[in-house]
Amino acid sequence: MSPTGPLFYLTLLPFVAAVLVMLGSPARLVSRIFSGVLLALTLALCVQYDRAAGGMAFGSELPVSESLDLSLRFGADGLSLAMLLLTAIVTVAAVWVIPPMQDRENLFYACVMLISGGVVGAFASTDVLFFYAFHEVALIPTFILIGLWGSGDRRVAAWKATIYLGAGSFVLLLGILGVYLNLPDGVRTFDMTFWRNLPQMQPDFSLPHWVYWLLLIGFGTLISLFPFHSWAPQAYASAPTPAAMLHAGVLKKFGLYGMLRILVPLFPEAMEQYLNIFLILLCGNILYIGLVTIAQKRLDWMLGYSSVMHMGYIFLGIAALNEISLSGAALLMVAHGLSIAACFAVCGVVRERTGTLEFADLGGLAKPMPRLGLLFGFAAMASVGLPGFANFPGELMVFFGAVGAGEVFGPGFTPSAIQIAAIVAVWGVVISAVYMLRAYRRVFFGSMPERWARLADVPVFTRYAVILLVVALMVVGFLPQLLLQYVTPSVLP
Amino acid sequence: MNPLVLEVLVVSLGIALLMVEAFSPKPDKRLLAWIGMAGLATVFVLTFFVGTVPPGSPTAAFYTADSFAIFFKRFALVSTILVLAMSIDYLPVVARFVPSEREGGGLGEFLALPVLTCAGLMWMASAADFISIFVSLELVTISFYVLVAYMRRSNAGLEAGTKYLILGALSTGFVVYGITWIFGMTGQTNLRAISEVVTGGYPAANIPALLFGVGLVIIALGFKVAAFPFQFWVPDVYQGAPTPITAFLSVGSKAAGFVVLLRVLEPFSAVPAIWEKLSAVLAVVAGATLIYGNLAAIPQQNLKRLLSYSSVGHAGYLLMAVASIGAVLPGREAWPAIGFYLAAYLLMTFLAFFVLAVAGGDEISHFNGLARRAPWLAAALLVSMISLAGIPFTAGFLGKLLLFDVALSAGNYVLVGIGVLTVACGFYFYLRVVGAMYWQPVPDGAAPIRVSVTAKVAMALLAVLIFVLGVFPQPVLSLLD
Repeated sequence: MSPTGPLFYLTLLPFVAAVLVMLGSPARLVSRIFSGVLLALTLALCVQYDRAAGGMAFGSELPVSESLDLSLRFGADGLSLAMLLLTAIVTVAAVWVIPPMQDRENLFYACVMLISGGVVGAFASTDVLFFYAFHEVALIPTFILIGLWGSGDRRVAAWKATIYLGAGSFVLLLGILGVYLNLPDGVRTFDMTFWRNLPQMQPDFSLPHWVYWLLLIGFGTLISLFPFHSWAPQAYASAPTPAAMLHAGVLKKFGLYGMLRILVPLFPEAMEQYLNIFLILLCGNILYIGLVTIAQKRLDWMLGYSSVMHMGYIFLGIAALNEISLSGAALLMVAHGLSIAACFAVCGVVRERTGTLEFADLGGLAKPMPRLGLLFGFAAMASVGLPGFANFPGELMVFFGAVGAGEVFGPGFTPSAIQIAAIVAVWGVVISAVYMLRAYRRVFFGSMPERWARLADVPVFTRYAVILLVVALMVVGFLPQLLLQYVTPSVLP
Repeated sequence: MNPLVLEVLVVSLGIALLMVEAFSPKPDKRLLAWIGMAGLATVFVLTFFVGTVPPGSPTAAFYTADSFAIFFKRFALVSTILVLAMSIDYLPVVARFVPSEREGGGLGEFLALPVLTCAGLMWMASAADFISIFVSLELVTISFYVLVAYMRRSNAGLEAGTKYLILGALSTGFVVYGITWIFGMTGQTNLRAISEVVTGGYPAANIPALLFGVGLVIIALGFKVAAFPFQFWVPDVYQGAPTPITAFLSVGSKAAGFVVLLRVLEPFSAVPAIWEKLSAVLAVVAGATLIYGNLAAIPQQNLKRLLSYSSVGHAGYLLMAVASIGAVLPGREAWPAIGFYLAAYLLMTFLAFFVLAVAGGDEISHFNGLARRAPWLAAALLVSMISLAGIPFTAGFLGKLLLFDVALSAGNYVLVGIGVLTVACGFYFYLRVVGAMYWQPVPDGAAPIRVSVTAKVAMALLAVLIFVLGVFPQPVLSLLD
């Protein structure tokens, strides 16, 4: 296999942009060009990908350490391509929403590009260790971004997120090493494809269950699985807009992607054995966090909690473990990434224009800022799961898959645990409608305090950014098959 | 070419430097440093052309030149070159604290002694006999006594010197006493001969006495590598010593300590009855070192002290691997991981000390807003800190990964658990420095920072190498095979 390939260069792009920006080239221009090229290349790869053949494509392998059998391996199948596309779109949007800055613009752009590069690398890697390593790269720029440009109690938020994520990723690393050391005799490799195929090649192969727990807690912390979620709302609320968009939109999907790629294929038995615990936790995400979200009094915190809550549906799709539910989970990963990024982009404009995000201080903003109101409407409706947006088919498939995972309705029907969880989860749709619509009303409608009468509407590039995200949501919403033809063949373990 | 030539050349170079200093009228001290660096670089090149010691020759009885020894000779040479490079910028600070009648007087030894220390470190890497271990250890330690206390008008420097002298003498006592016990119980001072004695039906009744001797040697080396509970001299000495010497002490002395530790333990690791006790002790020491070093670093307000505690912590990670030698990883299987980690440690520690030496202050608050005052200097310290913390794509991450791999393979799960928790602590205290540099505003009246070209080149090289080794460790690992 060749040492470098298209995905290698794709990963390199954001890092090159970051280096160029740090070296003093015009930050805004370079970042926009590079993120545009990133999106174009990703689209080209999606078109190039041979869907009929399926499987991993665009592979490359650059040996790093012979003793560990560690290589910089890249490769992508339908699911990775979908995640890469999501990353590219959100990166473009995030770069567009960065407001003009007087000071240290280059550092800001470099940090954003580094986060993006880390995520691209993670989704393009087929080596488990590099998959992990690329994710870690995003940690330091996030720390700097939140601590320097965050709002509210930004230092506390930066420390909390960094320590939580750092500790979570070390638990994850231990889990990865746990798998690595328990591979069959004589095999030492971090090749993700090999790991995934292992249970099929050797049916009697099984891993100790402590590895499952390490991986679940590690990934769970990064995804904000209840009860390891408490870093997330604060970090998102405090982070500058582009960082929140990238973090809530794509970085969090790293953990879900890892669960689909490593946890699900390697632990069929443990998944089944501990299913009930997992279901209780995900209901915690949906119901408990859902109610917490309703109680929020600030827009940014509400969005932060809502993003934690929506993870519950995706977990449900993973728990049900059939083709429909897993495809739905993958679809929802993309949809949630786009919709939460759009929400945070709009929220950033509100903060910038008014200087406050308290619901009590806001109201009637649709009058001075009609375009922003419209865009938030789209983003909020997508997030709630209104038909026409990508979230709708995603949630629908997750629920169908989850209900279909047990007995069929009929005489003498007793619901299985997954079906009960699905019934609970459906209430989440109501909960999210409640908080989103309330937020929409409190911020954009109702009586307007006089001081907001002269606010300028949404800046032009932010408008394009949100439109890009909303259009992507609607395209997938009307034609889910466009995305499903990529993800469905590659989600099953 | 006989490998002994290398040490002879380095000693001659050191003496030559002293002679130049003594006989040439008013030489520019920087010239001395350049001569020293050029000479050491030549010796470094020569290391690629030396042969091995023929077995059975008189030299082979006390000296070995295996790939591990050659690797650590290069390690010592690179560290010394970096120390001299750092000293060029640091000389004005030293001059302030050294009384002299003429300008620049009394500074020559500051540049010549590191070269002599280097000869000692190189010898230590090759020592295959307790006598040569002891002699080379003393050559290094005595040079360090002088260097640590070099700034004799500085109270902190004197305090550091006194502490280092007393504890160094104590550890010398331990090592000599330990060697006599081992000699008494085996009749040998040569490590290979000892190995033959202990593996060939060694009487069980003698084992406790032998363990006592080995234990004393381990205590002495515990002082050298700064392992808990023999680490208490570290913060004060690191803080009081001139910054280049602190870096040298933290890298060169620690690495040499580990080389000797591995060589001394090698004969005993093959005997289960002895090794199960020794490895248990080492595991406890490793765990305690990890916890102490990383927890005590958290409240530090002074970067030099923080780095000193972190150096204790890093000794803990290395000891974790040393304690994992045994049935699963017999002989020298764990050595490459340890060697690689020490190489990574050299890069990141020297980078941090370079920034410390040029920034002209060592309180963490002194680095407030450094990203604004001197963005590249801040970037260099950032690279060093993330590598020390163990962020991927840096040499520090890959080094830790190799050590954890060793410990997990040997089944030391508790130690690995402690290691992971302490890595999380490390995140906090290393990132605190990053936070100070990037989050805090520039303090009022901060003087501009001037960085010499030498320091710039050295820092750029170190930072690039940290990333290169973080992705391509193979060149270093293949040197250790």
